[in-house]
Amino acid sequence: MIGTYRTLLSPKLLTIKQRSRGGGSRTARRLLIGALGLLVGYGLYWGITRLLEILLMVEDLGPLLASKILSIGLLAMLGILLLSSLIAALSSFFLARDLPAIRSAPVDWLAVYFARLTETLVSSSWMVLLLMLPLLIAYEQVFEGGIGFYAVSASALIPFFLIPAVVGSAVTLLLVRVFPAARSRDILTFVSIATVGLLVLGLRLLRPERLVNPDASRELVDYLAVLRGPSSPWLSSQWTADAMTGYLEGGFDPFWLLLLWSTAAGLVVLGALLHWRMFSLCFTKAQEGADQRVRRHAGWRAYETLLSPLPLRRRELILKDTRTFFRDTTQWSQLILLAVLVVVYVYNIRVLPIRSNEVLQRWLVSIVFFLNLALSGFVLAAIAARFVFPSYSLEGRTLWLLGSSPVQTSTLMWSKFWIGAAPLTVLAVALAWVTNAFLGVETGFLVLALVTTAALSLAFASQALAWGVFFPQFEAENAAQIPTSVGGLLFMLGAVGNLILVILVQYLPLRRHVWSGFTGGEATQAVGWELGTALVLTLAVCGLTTLVPYVVASRRLDA
Amino acid sequence: MIVLEGLTKKYGDFTAVAGIDVEIPANCIFGLLGPNGAGKTTTLRMIAGILRPDAGRVLLGGHDVHEAPDLAKAILGFVPDRPFVYEKLTGAELLRFTAGLWGMSGPEVETRIDELLELWDLMPWKDQLVEAYSHGMRQKLIISSALVHSPKVLVIDEPMVGLDPRSAWLFKDLLRSFVDKGGTALVSTHTLELAENLADVMAVIHRGQLAAFGTLEDLRRQAASEGAGLEEIFLRITRGATDEDIERVLSQ
Repeated sequence: MIGTYRTLLSPKLLTIKQRSRGGGSRTARRLLIGALGLLVGYGLYWGITRLLEILLMVEDLGPLLASKILSIGLLAMLGILLLSSLIAALSSFFLARDLPAIRSAPVDWLAVYFARLTETLVSSSWMVLLLMLPLLIAYEQVFEGGIGFYAVSASALIPFFLIPAVVGSAVTLLLVRVFPAARSRDILTFVSIATVGLLVLGLRLLRPERLVNPDASRELVDYLAVLRGPSSPWLSSQWTADAMTGYLEGGFDPFWLLLLWSTAAGLVVLGALLHWRMFSLCFTKAQEGADQRVRRHAGWRAYETLLSPLPLRRRELILKDTRTFFRDTTQWSQLILLAVLVVVYVYNIRVLPIRSNEVLQRWLVSIVFFLNLALSGFVLAAIAARFVFPSYSLEGRTLWLLGSSPVQTSTLMWSKFWIGAAPLTVLAVALAWVTNAFLGVETGFLVLALVTTAALSLAFASQALAWGVFFPQFEAENAAQIPTSVGGLLFMLGAVGNLILVILVQYLPLRRHVWSGFTGGEATQAVGWELGTALVLTLAVCGLTTLVPYVVASRRLDA
Repeated sequence: MIVLEGLTKKYGDFTAVAGIDVEIPANCIFGLLGPNGAGKTTTLRMIAGILRPDAGRVLLGGHDVHEAPDLAKAILGFVPDRPFVYEKLTGAELLRFTAGLWGMSGPEVETRIDELLELWDLMPWKDQLVEAYSHGMRQKLIISSALVHSPKVLVIDEPMVGLDPRSAWLFKDLLRSFVDKGGTALVSTHTLELAENLADVMAVIHRGQLAAFGTLEDLRRQAASEGAGLEEIFLRITRGATDEDIERVLSQ
């Protein structure tokens, strides 16, 4: 059985080996992602360490609160693990392309179960494990746990990861018994993304920045103290937290490790039995297609009417792109994350401490105006990377139809540009309006902000499209993978450069006004010619950064 | 109707197509044969205007595919070797979209879509997403998309893949009627029986070059195989594995 298990896993191991071989752009990309990962990891480590130090300043209650935080963190991770296990299990047990070959081969069912469970376990937990490392190191450092703490953590975390993988695989089996595999994937994708969105929103609305304010952190500590006692004694996250904090506080109890390991072992046996009884039946069921009948809703008819003034070919291309986007759960569900990002951003501006006794600090508003421009520009660039950059790559294997049709490159470029640029501009203008209203900027600055964000949206849409044409990813399995390519990174770098240039050409004519209050003098109002110069320079820069990539990409398509 | 002049395509140092010259008249089914990797698909993709040749040119109805693509492609219907289509469109939407690319819309297109779906027994699937279609159904849908705008030239890469016997028969009948009504069809295939029964003129491509060209009789003469069938002619021209090679593999 072990030999078969190894053989079944060998294609995955060989693929990882092949991918690990570096080379040119791949190595550069890995180094960049690695550096970014280290930076995020260090940020997390610093934040958790700081939080623990603040909590431990509270006598008696400190260690309890630290334990509570760990338990809440592990509970959140258990939730994420369970969700990602569901998706990973669906893929490895029911949707993988090698399954027909494996099913037709004379292999032991138990070896298949263990091999697919291993794949599920690895693909659902590697990222959570990476996220967990800063947490573990922070606890070890603050509590001085030593090497023993890592040993106890490793012993606890193996069953902690295994339990949701087994449960996820079993639930997937039952889910596929009821729904076809493709529909189950859609449901799970939506639930996962909505959960992540709600989690991010929830964390932001907790206002963690209050921890740096001594008065507010006292309130938070009091609040957390209310949550005394184990909140989820039946969950493996609590057992893991108890094993780890028990060791850190000098009262290590092996019972929790025994409980974790025996539960994991029992669940693996139950999972294997369920697989033995039901897999064949469920796999057959998974092959059935869902009813994919499409009905034309009133909304679609209204959209078609809205587009009716456009020339036929442009209209058909836009309609096709809109339909394929909104019928693909992996695509449209990203809008949930986008909505969360926008809400968090607006909320951040709303709660900025820039008011003193309800009197607006004018100099601060001017500084924040530019910060807002930089940050909202970055958000727009990220959105363009996610939604506009992949649009050409997504044509991928169907490019033969456009290539053999008499559609001109200019028509294709026009449609691809506007289907990305139009919603991006609407979002940008709305974002600029709301955030600048919260900041209470002068009318002149408001107009400048609205024009700038609109111009930047067009420039980013054009650049994202152009980089997408030059670095297509026709073989990508889903749209979310495409922006992580070298082309995506180059686009982001270019967009940030564009943003810096715009801020610079606005800052130069307005600098006198920006610093007037800050240097202790009387705050001044920006005059018309200063704002006008900033506006004209912005339009000139963005005009160039919109047109040049657009033309270059069109020529590339023509070549 | 289809003219290839010195058509050449290179991928790095590898020459996929090396200076092919062919002229295919109207009212003709032209069969393009050749072993795997001979350059058939590359040739067809250049004819359809998907790939740009490194040298030479393609004329469709007298118009250069790369110099005047609007005019040349307006009379073209193309069926690729693999039926990749937009998975999230319905069958009817895909055909409507294709018609739109050729500048057609309105009630005539709707009637045409229904006729084509009816022909291939796809009417019950008209409003289903393409992702629910089987391989054969996708192939029928792609053949329909090549016909929806009533082209004068059909370029088809491996038409029989996934088609059931009834659909295969229907396809042959359809192609013959298309040509009888003035159309021109270029069909690349590995199915020698299809080429032998259907093609008026054939060509064998081998290592990117035209190894033989003409009617079945012409091919027999060129391969010095009097009275031989197309299979024997093809093997002689392309020099495939020998009986000894097969014996060696099976004896292990």
